[in-house]
Amino acid sequence: MDIRDLYQELIIEHGTQPRNCCVLENANSSAEGFNPLCGDKVCVYLKIDNVTIEKATFTGAGCAISMASASLMSEAISGKDISEILDLSLRFKECLTSDSAPPLPGKLAAFAGVREYPARVKCATLAWHTLEAAIKKSASTITTEAL
Amino acid sequence: MNIEQIRTDFPILAHPIHGHRLAYLDNAATTQKPLCVINALDHYYHHTNANIHRGVHHLSEQATAAFENARKIVQDFIHAEHSQECIFVKGTTEAVNLVASSFGSRYIQAGDEILISALEHHSNIVPWQMLCQRSGARLKVIPMNEKGELELDTLEQHFSPKTKILAIIHASNALGTLNPLKEIIHRAHAHQIPVFVDGAQTAAHLKIDVQDLDCDFFTFSGHKTYGPTGIGVLYGKTHWLEAMPPYQGGGDMILSVSFEHSLYQGLPFKFEAGTPPIAEVIALGHALEYINSLGWDTIYTHEQSLLEYATERLGSIPGLKIIGNAKNKIGVISFTLEGVHPHDIGSILDQYGVAIRTGHHCAMPIMNFFNVPATARASFGIYNTLEDIDQLITALYEVKRVFKR
Repeated sequence: MDIRDLYQELIIEHGTQPRNCCVLENANSSAEGFNPLCGDKVCVYLKIDNVTIEKATFTGAGCAISMASASLMSEAISGKDISEILDLSLRFKECLTSDSAPPLPGKLAAFAGVREYPARVKCATLAWHTLEAAIKKSASTITTEAL
Repeated sequence: MNIEQIRTDFPILAHPIHGHRLAYLDNAATTQKPLCVINALDHYYHHTNANIHRGVHHLSEQATAAFENARKIVQDFIHAEHSQECIFVKGTTEAVNLVASSFGSRYIQAGDEILISALEHHSNIVPWQMLCQRSGARLKVIPMNEKGELELDTLEQHFSPKTKILAIIHASNALGTLNPLKEIIHRAHAHQIPVFVDGAQTAAHLKIDVQDLDCDFFTFSGHKTYGPTGIGVLYGKTHWLEAMPPYQGGGDMILSVSFEHSLYQGLPFKFEAGTPPIAEVIALGHALEYINSLGWDTIYTHEQSLLEYATERLGSIPGLKIIGNAKNKIGVISFTLEGVHPHDIGSILDQYGVAIRTGHHCAMPIMNFFNVPATARASFGIYNTLEDIDQLITALYEVKRVFKR
């Protein structure tokens, strides 16, 4: 096991210079997530239009794994349908905890190495859990409004 | 001192980690156990296991004798006047909770003040906060300076007639700062303020003499003194412990029970409800005797030389900043590396067999003070060598290589 399997170039790059790392001014949903073990903190902002996430950004502080995960997630989900994103989120978490899960698409495949480091799985999944919370919050808001 | 002999006393040190020699530098979290402690646990369950203080059969008598002998060893170890002043608890955390609960219910009322310091571990903050919430008392904090030393010039400003107790850490687990305890206690006593000492980080590293310190309470954990987990000691002066109500009720702590009324045991049993971790108490006795066999001068000199060497070598790494530069420190060094989060440092060091702690060290107010989310921390024990520190330094350069720093 090489430490480079965990800290791939892409993870170091996004972990130290994350993309979409800002408050989203016209966001219509957001959620905060914490990893008390590491002190990682992430806030995910979403601009949702009907069933599509038009734009996703985040702010936060944490280790390279958690920041790279949030950065690459924000790139991977912007412009996609919510149902597709929730499916991707599920696959991401599965891939980090199970050897038999299918490989992740595109740049997200860089996180496959985290599986070998159980203590760091929570760092990588924090952004995705927080994303799900933000989506859920927007759904519940919509439901309340519909009532 | 024969360090190689000492290292062979700790079997775990011979196990490679990820193909590398283990450099165990996380002793402030927990220490490794010498063979005599491991054997004591094994021996107890093989040959002596029985409940204590109740059976008339042979095994129970043996177990009781071994258990009470361990109390005597603890008494000698901390130089308590009476063995009944040494209460077995789960660990330092339980000791703080016991005193906050029991001393608190007897002596602390709305409007009173509880004084702690800026260096406290969460376990010496939260139980007092909970007591404040229950009682309406106020928590006050002795501040520290940029070096991580308490601001003692103005100590008396924090004392008032309402101050009912000062609860203070002996040495900081996050920064290594060693507080001038004897002086602090003397000054608190001049204002009739009793002092509770969290000795989790010092009991294995410095000679503790509770009578010389004149502290009212002192606590430490077994697992940080080369002993088992799940056992610790609360020392309290007899007059306090006698005046305080029991912390938990149950078997072993009573003289007689009826549905109308119960009579409690005297010390120390009043505070030891239920069956204690007997094997762990006995093994703790062996751990303390192991420390005694090494001698305090040897331990202190060795660990200070490790601290000095590590401070110098870490300080030479570009971008590395040592957090906590108190004049007097125990063998604990916290640091940050520019551009690399401490958890990434920890994961990479682990791949090179170097075990350190990363995070907030259960001292979030200290992290906030230094404006860092977390630090990496190396902490030393009696079996550490200069080679362990060299291994840490080499691995830190690997961290820099991975992060292109």
